[in-house]
Amino acid sequence: MSDATILEEEEKVSLEAREFGFWIYLMTDAIIFALLFATYVVLSRNFASGPSSKELFDLGHTAGETALLLISSLTFGFASIAQRAGHKMREVQWLIVTLLLGLGFLAMELIEFQGMIAAGAGPEVSGFSSAFFTLVGTHGLHVAFGCLGIIVMIGQILVKGLTQPVRSRVFRLGLFWHFLDIVWIGIFSVVYLPGVM
Amino acid sequence: MLGRLTIDALPFYSWVAMGGAGVTVGGGIVVFLLITYLRAWKVLWTDWLTSVDHKKIGIMYVVLALVMLVRGFVDAIMMRAQQAVSLNSEGYLPPEHFEQIFSSHGTIMIFFVAMPFLTGLINIIVPQQIGARDVAFPFLNSVSLWMTAAGAGLVLVSLVVGKFSQAGWTGYPPYSGIEYSPGVGVDYWLWALIVSGVGSTLSGINFIVTIVKNRCPGMTFMRMPMFTWTTLCISILIAFAFPALTVVAAQLTLDRTLGFHFFTNGDGGNMMMYANLLWIWGHPEVYILILPAFGIFSEVVATFSRKRLFGYTSLVYATACIAILSFTVWLHHFFTMGSSANVNAVFGIATMIIAVPTGVKIFDWLFTMYKGRIEFHPSMVFTIGFMVTFVIGGVTGVLLALPPADYLMHNSTFLVAHFHNMLIPGALFGYFAGLNYWFPKAFGFKLDAKWGIRSFWFWIIGFYLAFMPLYVLGFMGMSRRMEHYADPNWQPYLIVAALGAVCVLIGIACIAIQLWVSARQWGSSRDITGDPWNGRTLEWATSSPPAPYNFAVLPVVNGLDAFHEMKILGEAYQPQQYEDIVMPKNTWIGPVLGGLAFVLGFAFVWYIWWLVALSFVLSLICVGIRASDDNSEYVLPAAEVAKIERERLAQITPADLHDMRDFAPRGAASGAPLPGTV
Repeated sequence: MSDATILEEEEKVSLEAREFGFWIYLMTDAIIFALLFATYVVLSRNFASGPSSKELFDLGHTAGETALLLISSLTFGFASIAQRAGHKMREVQWLIVTLLLGLGFLAMELIEFQGMIAAGAGPEVSGFSSAFFTLVGTHGLHVAFGCLGIIVMIGQILVKGLTQPVRSRVFRLGLFWHFLDIVWIGIFSVVYLPGVM
Repeated sequence: MLGRLTIDALPFYSWVAMGGAGVTVGGGIVVFLLITYLRAWKVLWTDWLTSVDHKKIGIMYVVLALVMLVRGFVDAIMMRAQQAVSLNSEGYLPPEHFEQIFSSHGTIMIFFVAMPFLTGLINIIVPQQIGARDVAFPFLNSVSLWMTAAGAGLVLVSLVVGKFSQAGWTGYPPYSGIEYSPGVGVDYWLWALIVSGVGSTLSGINFIVTIVKNRCPGMTFMRMPMFTWTTLCISILIAFAFPALTVVAAQLTLDRTLGFHFFTNGDGGNMMMYANLLWIWGHPEVYILILPAFGIFSEVVATFSRKRLFGYTSLVYATACIAILSFTVWLHHFFTMGSSANVNAVFGIATMIIAVPTGVKIFDWLFTMYKGRIEFHPSMVFTIGFMVTFVIGGVTGVLLALPPADYLMHNSTFLVAHFHNMLIPGALFGYFAGLNYWFPKAFGFKLDAKWGIRSFWFWIIGFYLAFMPLYVLGFMGMSRRMEHYADPNWQPYLIVAALGAVCVLIGIACIAIQLWVSARQWGSSRDITGDPWNGRTLEWATSSPPAPYNFAVLPVVNGLDAFHEMKILGEAYQPQQYEDIVMPKNTWIGPVLGGLAFVLGFAFVWYIWWLVALSFVLSLICVGIRASDDNSEYVLPAAEVAKIERERLAQITPADLHDMRDFAPRGAASGAPLPGTV
């Protein structure tokens, strides 16, 4: 066997290990979110002198964010399908759509944050606002890193083509992206829905 | 430009602090000059710091742990000296300095002695025990090491630039909040925890994947050596528990830096949530420290009793039970918080239940020794010392698990004595046993046994002298962390405790002498076969020190104690057909990321925001470079492997091999016809 084939075989094994490891990483991330959720639930009624969640939350806006993020998960799915079919350019196109949706979500989130700060509910105002900004902000930070990842992967696909490692990286990035979707559903049902009720 | 960092940060406020800073800086300069004098910078960088070899990473972890052990112990003996003399007087340490010392002692011992020590031993041994050539993610391993080192660096730097936390190693708010601790101390503590905590999390993920994916053919889960089992369990604990530490540290950082209200007194904060979050990490952490030591004891006791481990299956299940139960008891750290009696009762009972699987283990080890041919190697002596001493700590733990009793003893020196009684025999003695047991595997020569035994006696006598008086003092009403006191009845006990610390100091000196003496006479105590103790598990099948690839040919395992079987059957040390081996390349990214994490933490502590941003962006770039690198491995050709293996086998003479005739199965078990049946 030549060196190249041995390396390739080893690469396959090591990519498998990376995918498994990535699942475990997502689990640790899930625990971070679980604890941030727990913190939020404990502090969710501690408004102190600040405005309450009922005054602050706008379900319409949240619905918009939710739509953007859920659709971005769908488009990432299309990118994965394109990858499986070996359509490099179509995959890049779907990734770009996903990226735009992700950036749109981030923009809406920032607008929401700005609005809250303007309404006198910045993170330093009360236990509730601290917990809210930390939980939702951590999710937003994850989405931002996901967007960065998409940009890097678009670059890799264009430069390197759909090699084995690139495919594996896109797969893992996809796991990450869908995971963020699930977390958002949690945020929607634990933060926003009870917040306006 | 430099945030709140000014010349006032230098420790001119007390001669003791200046002395500490002087020793730290002086030590750094001495090491720097020594390396320069030996012209070792290049070797150090290419062979060690950038290495992704799990054995070398493990050795560096243990070196870090031993250095930090000395630092942490200096804190300990300073506290003992202070309390021995501070009856109705200030002693020699001002209160704010004494507070720094007990905070850094706990932080260092847990995060920068115990964690790197166990991670180091795991790194050196576990891949070899499962017949693997490497860990699953060699590069990530390097990152973990350097994150841990960066955290340790932050603690060390706090001695020179600024102050360390005065809020105890658990840093409870509101005292650790910005209102009551406005200085940089708590920030140093937080960033040391966050940085090293990320490193530990990555280690945990790495070893879960390594053990699940990289086992050699035939190594089923129930054939894994006990040390590997405990490693798997604690890796899972790490992956579940350390995120909690990251969260709680990040929240306190937000409170302190950006004025959030997670744990503040007013504005809707809830400080008791901190205690909950911290101990959701903290209690599993206790088992993260102790379970690997249990694994080491299991290996040592079987090897030096010359018997198969008694009750292997029960040990595996006991380990798993402890791992699961460790998540159900965190509230016993703050029974006095004022939860309802029922809540306290649930956690109290759960705590007591943990004693059951632990008891199972003790009995398994005792039965392994029963009728064994016990050899009093230093690691075995540490194991026996552990069994005797740990049981006392277990009993006082069950006592503390009773909420009504805990109300009396909470935060007294009884508690201090209890957890030292768990962690010194339960964790540290295990690591020392591991050090004595596996040292030849890592370095190719044995440690001097005489000095090993001496270190044991000084450690155990010192331990009893230092901590038994604290149990008594706890009953007499002395609370922990007292800078001075007014009750003359306490002083005799505190003087005895200080003598105990001196004894432990001699024990540490013995370990240093042991290392020195062994290194000087290494030629006469070389380990030719790679199996100095007639070991039973696969790590003894490799050469000492092992080749970079550990196993030239991956072993095939048919049962527990695989290498023991191979030796009986005469399958060990046979030349075989060799193949090309893929190895990971060294990389500079690990140490550079560690350095950037250190700078990031330091900049955060001092509010140097541009430096925070810069080091963060540079870290991202490093990660990006690594993530795009598809060329991180190389091939070691079969001819090269054959050459290394031939040289090794040529050295081994029949006289070096252990006599396995005694261990060969007899009677019906041997398969040979019994006398009189033919």
